[in-house]
Amino acid sequence: MRQLLKKIRSTGRVAEPAPERAGDGDVVLRGSVQVRHVDAGSCNGCEIEIGSAFGPVYDGERYGARLVASPRHADVLLVTGPVTRNMAEPLRKAYDATPAPKRVVAVGDCARDCGVFKGGYGVEGAVGDVIPVDVVVRGCPPEPPEIIEALRGLTGR
Amino acid sequence: MSTLGVVVQVVLLIVVAPYLVGVMRQVRARLEGRAGAGAGQPWRDLRKLFRKEPMSPAGSSWVFVAAPAVLVASTLVIAAVSPFVATVSPLDGVADLFAVVALLLLGTVALALAGLDTGTAFGGMGASREMTVAALAEPTILLAGFALSARVGSTNLSAIVERGQQSPGAVLSPATLLAAVALAVVVVAEAGRLPVDNPSTHLELTMIHEAMVLEYAGRDLALVEFASALRLTVLLGLWANLFLPWGVATTASAPALLLGVVAFVAKVAVLGAVLAAGEVFMAKLRLFRVPELLAGSFLFGVLAVSSSFFLA
Repeated sequence: MRQLLKKIRSTGRVAEPAPERAGDGDVVLRGSVQVRHVDAGSCNGCEIEIGSAFGPVYDGERYGARLVASPRHADVLLVTGPVTRNMAEPLRKAYDATPAPKRVVAVGDCARDCGVFKGGYGVEGAVGDVIPVDVVVRGCPPEPPEIIEALRGLTGR
Repeated sequence: MSTLGVVVQVVLLIVVAPYLVGVMRQVRARLEGRAGAGAGQPWRDLRKLFRKEPMSPAGSSWVFVAAPAVLVASTLVIAAVSPFVATVSPLDGVADLFAVVALLLLGTVALALAGLDTGTAFGGMGASREMTVAALAEPTILLAGFALSARVGSTNLSAIVERGQQSPGAVLSPATLLAAVALAVVVVAEAGRLPVDNPSTHLELTMIHEAMVLEYAGRDLALVEFASALRLTVLLGLWANLFLPWGVATTASAPALLLGVVAFVAKVAVLGAVLAAGEVFMAKLRLFRVPELLAGSFLFGVLAVSSSFFLA
């Protein structure tokens, strides 16, 4: 316990200073966005970036975004990867289980237009072919600041 | 005038409860090197949730819809009757230790039934775990309560708090100290904090409280989240006023009430910060070891009762 205390004291704050405010944000969701992440067939590259977007360095939570455990608690579905045949129906179900008003953020080139997996036999299509998409984050994978930027566009903080 | 005390107390608890959760998250965030969302974030979350569409899962009954209301209502009754800010209250007769414990359990049972009502695997699992923890925690509350009330000769909470103010030395008696340890463990278990339950977990298999509320959305979820914040405040407030009774208003005059409000906020904020800081150093206990922890607190309760009779 003493070691941990010493480590806390020597480490201090690791969160990077917040960049300029992104915008006014969504009218209903202003200041608070609960995020449910749905992996629709991703290679897990985007997951690593999402993980660090909510880690101590980028700290997505300080802008009012929080990862939650159920689509019923969520305002935003953060969808990664090309939608595979097996995940198309679960993705639709997760979208239907999310209470309105809801937004969908497609993270990564695969979610945008299937990326390198385009035309694959197991791929149903991009996220936009299955559920309506509001915000797209480009990149393969997108860096944590870009994911944070998209979420700040919704929280407005 | 004494009605004013009750109104002040209820309004204060409603306003303070989400801020307490926010402060605790902020303390944790700072210790983890993060910046944190600020103490007002739970209120922002609640405001947004109240504007969202409520949803009921297919096949759920009125139990699912009624549970959040029962949970909030039973907790609000505790907030009204217990001596948080003032001991003089027109509801004094209801401020009984047994009544308060029963009201707490009523909310727990309502939510557990709602968890079962959803028919999902995690809802039932959470409900069964919550009942296990509650069944092990209730006897400890009652035993610790006996130890405190034996000294006063009454189970009325206001009487216990007033006696504590009149004889400050009694707070350091073995019976009170043992009861304080026993109740502290129970408060942690009942409020669903580490090491018994992790309020910020995303792993369904480790959830207790969160597993029961997975299906709630919108307004219903807002009520459940508000109720769990209020329960945490009520439990910390009860613990604070039973063992550190200073500052609680014994008359219904405005200065006394003001002092009561300030003392209550200070005590609860300090206890919350200590609890949050302690959680940073702790991992969640394996579920099968939780009964050992609660059995330990039960033992403290037994020792408190025996010492209140033999060493008094």
